[in-house]
Amino acid sequence: MVAVTAGTAIEGRVVKVSGSLVEVEGLPGAVISEVVALGRVGLLGEIVAVADGVFTVQAYEDTGGLAPGATVAALGRPLSAALGPHLLGGVFDGLLRPLSEAGEWLEPGAGAGPGDTLRWRFTPTAAPGADLAAGEAVGTLDGDGPFALLVTVPPDLPPGVPLAVESVVPAGEYAADETLAVIGGRPVTMATSWPVRRPRPFRARVDEVAALHTGQRVLDLVQPIARGSTASVPGGFGTGKTMLLQQIAKWCDADVIVYVGCGERGNEMADIVEELQSLVDPRSGRPLRLRTVVIANTSNMPMMAREASIYTGVTVAEYFRDMGLHAVVIADSTSRWAEALREFASRRGALPAEEGYPAGLASALAAFYERAGDVRTLGGGRGSVTIIGAVSPPGGDMTEPVTAHTQRFVRATWMLDRDLAYARHYPAVAWEGSFSRDAGALAGWYARNGDPTWGRRRARMGSLLAESDRLASLAELVGEGAMPGSERVVLLAGRLLRDCVLRQSALSPNDGFCSAAKGAALVDAVLAVVDRCQSLIEAGVPATRIEEADLGALVRAAEATGPADAEGVAARRDTVLAELETLS
Amino acid sequence: MTRWIGTVEHLGITRLRGPLLVVRDVHGVGWDESATVRTPDGRVRNGLVLSVDRDLAVVQVFEGTDGVGVEGTSVVFAGESTHVPVGEGWLGRVCNGRGAPIDGGPPVAGVRRAPVSGRPLNPTRREPPSEPVLTGVSAIDALTTLVRGQKLPVFSVAGLPHLELATQIAAQSTVRDAPFAVVFAGMGLTHPDVAAVRDALAERSARGELVMLLNTADDPVVERILTPRIALTVAEHLAFECGRHVLVVMADMTSYAEAVREVSADREEIPGRRAYPGYLYSDLASLYERCGRIRGVAGSVTLVPVLTMPGGDITHPVPDLTGYITEGQVVLSTAAHGSGIYPPVDPLGSLSRLMRKGAGSGRTREDHLDVAAQVMSCLSRARHVRELADLIGEEALSGTDRAYLAFAEDVERRVLSQRPDETRQIDETLDLCWRALSLLPRRELTMLAEDALARRYVARTGG
Repeated sequence: MVAVTAGTAIEGRVVKVSGSLVEVEGLPGAVISEVVALGRVGLLGEIVAVADGVFTVQAYEDTGGLAPGATVAALGRPLSAALGPHLLGGVFDGLLRPLSEAGEWLEPGAGAGPGDTLRWRFTPTAAPGADLAAGEAVGTLDGDGPFALLVTVPPDLPPGVPLAVESVVPAGEYAADETLAVIGGRPVTMATSWPVRRPRPFRARVDEVAALHTGQRVLDLVQPIARGSTASVPGGFGTGKTMLLQQIAKWCDADVIVYVGCGERGNEMADIVEELQSLVDPRSGRPLRLRTVVIANTSNMPMMAREASIYTGVTVAEYFRDMGLHAVVIADSTSRWAEALREFASRRGALPAEEGYPAGLASALAAFYERAGDVRTLGGGRGSVTIIGAVSPPGGDMTEPVTAHTQRFVRATWMLDRDLAYARHYPAVAWEGSFSRDAGALAGWYARNGDPTWGRRRARMGSLLAESDRLASLAELVGEGAMPGSERVVLLAGRLLRDCVLRQSALSPNDGFCSAAKGAALVDAVLAVVDRCQSLIEAGVPATRIEEADLGALVRAAEATGPADAEGVAARRDTVLAELETLS
Repeated sequence: MTRWIGTVEHLGITRLRGPLLVVRDVHGVGWDESATVRTPDGRVRNGLVLSVDRDLAVVQVFEGTDGVGVEGTSVVFAGESTHVPVGEGWLGRVCNGRGAPIDGGPPVAGVRRAPVSGRPLNPTRREPPSEPVLTGVSAIDALTTLVRGQKLPVFSVAGLPHLELATQIAAQSTVRDAPFAVVFAGMGLTHPDVAAVRDALAERSARGELVMLLNTADDPVVERILTPRIALTVAEHLAFECGRHVLVVMADMTSYAEAVREVSADREEIPGRRAYPGYLYSDLASLYERCGRIRGVAGSVTLVPVLTMPGGDITHPVPDLTGYITEGQVVLSTAAHGSGIYPPVDPLGSLSRLMRKGAGSGRTREDHLDVAAQVMSCLSRARHVRELADLIGEEALSGTDRAYLAFAEDVERRVLSQRPDETRQIDETLDLCWRALSLLPRRELTMLAEDALARRYVARTGG
């Protein structure tokens, strides 16, 4: 009935449709993971199982109206992402199709390719006759992005094997699919494609660490992560997960941000895109949007594309990593991805393990986070992929499978606390329950990079916070007035650290981003004031007088001084110290 | 494989179970297609294809399969998913949960038909919400402002007046400067509730600003799956094609989720938490995400789902998953209800995530956001003071602490409390907030700007 579309495509028939699960017959040569086009509109799906000539297909789009008897074409390739310079500044769906090209209401099967009208300036760095291996640079691109992008020899060729450069185009403006060079008989274009489930190769992982500065004090000072590391952000609803992730997306010092909105709110996606457009990258002076790739798969978009969007996102990050750039993947939320895994497993009738999730959940999570890393690229540069994944535990239950397994595989966890959020203390990252396995190594890195006291400062903060929490529970029993002066100063220290340092207003132009120097100055200011208070207690000044002293200059320091104004903080510290002098 | 849509009657029913019916010898019937089932007595029911496997189709019958037999029952497939007529003809009408009139009028006519499941809105075409819907309820307008295009649920507990509040919001809400309409979708309501809702909303309905879809507790459970979808489809048309700002109030979402669970059990799906299906999140999202605004289009869809937390448990899947999708929540508290406050809103547990975009200068009043932040912060402090007072006694409190208690009392009695038929203007609401704040010493009000304090702060403190 339906005309055979492509000459090479294999034609099969749909025999069963149940939501995203489709069964197909008559695809003799098809293989697992191959992409198929279903029905007249060509809904995309992926073959996940074969039994007795019946292929089980996971459909990525709404299968409404698809009926047994509809034709199926096997496309002869695994699920792949179309990579290229057009990604920066764009908004894409879970299969990396540009959403800006789609209509107001999303129709299934209406996939658009990358806009082909755009052109980028290409400057060759290799000459004909030279030898290049897989992953090595052929030239650079000056597009819209704030960084030099590289065009490389396709990384799927055998690594390290030299190939002759047969021809290279002269410098000039080219479209994404124009041949820029011929190397080892293969044309090289800006636009490439890579199977999303296969990690892109690199030469080696790099051992030494470097900090990823997020601009969020509670992270940078208490639970920091390194470039190429992994972090999870578990938190119940209303604890400010998305807000924290958006702050990191805006302000962390990476070259490229891949923001994957996986099963989250449409309004939020619209909001972040608009904000990235209007905010300026302090390092490059261009809109932040030009360093960001947004993958938007909102919760009402087809569920199975969520499953793909996580892999698509990390593949995009690896693509930029291979140009020697530092990329950060922010996935909000990995729980929705896991739910898509569960939904499909249940439709297939797979045996459920914990809470209905498939038994492979833990290994799928581990494999995903393992795609992060700080590496020496095939081209010899140094690039990294950092993965930050939100986790949405049902009912705030931190023992549920996704939360519990994720914590085993990540280097850092920023646990969001409902009580802190309830008290409007944002970011609500709990100092207890969160961890960073990078902190030790990063203390060494800070020491080598001009801040030798970083490790000591973090340790002092940690012990003061723990001590003040312990005393606070005691104070609830006996009343603060009944406690010795030195302990009341510890309670004051806890309050000051929370209010001056850990709390940070995402909405404040001064405080949304905090430089490393200002963060350090704020902690040092609090510690200096606390030390002075302790010495006043020792000198016999009553604790009540110290508690009534006006510390406002310090409390408002973060908001009142510029994002990198360490001197302003120091000046306010001196004001408060002078105020305390009047007590002695 | 030619099909004469709507004409082939299938008689081969092989299985009946709960609301599900299996038909054999069907050809070319697609997943999610709508179907009509005709029993020998001439009754017609509506259904939906849940799966098709070769020549077998599983149909979910919205009215249930009571009285359906294998013999003589016929099924006709529509060749498309479930559609409803959409148009301004819905305004002023009262219908049951399937959209059939119960106001004695003729069937609702529309300008065209639209699929009830809707299509996802392209996130890049969304306009971030930025203007308020004023509900005339101080607790919401002042502290958790509802924003056009937002989804803001009310979390309640059985026995609290959430339906009164929902009705009050539906009756009073306005946007000051543009055409407005309300769609009220009732799910699993008792007959007295339905009567109360119809009574309270009669005036607005008569003005042609309201669509009512009422599914009662004794209506077929499966029908509840359709009710919110019809409501949203009608609302989307009124908003994005007729340019109105539409508020959709959906009560009670817990009854809706129970209907989803019931169907899931009949389909023998693997149960998730509390036996709700694993896809409940996506199912709820497919409703809640239909709110919003579109760039370059005049109207908006704003959603206020109302749900009861079984046993008051906020970690129950329905409130929990709702909270993950929606943009904040208004929480009602049994304690406030017990002390006679209506509406019994717990301000500290409530939150409107989009409030900072929809309130303030040029939207509500220039001091609104600062006042709201200050009231919240002082209420939070007052809560600690109250806990302290319980421990050590009120006499032992400092003067400042006692001022905080007086402040909290004033907020509860004068700002949050109002009559169920009282519409408060935003100016009046904010002035009441200032009166309460004036019970505190000026030095405590660190979140308010100096000039605002100079204009509006009149000390009512003893010292």
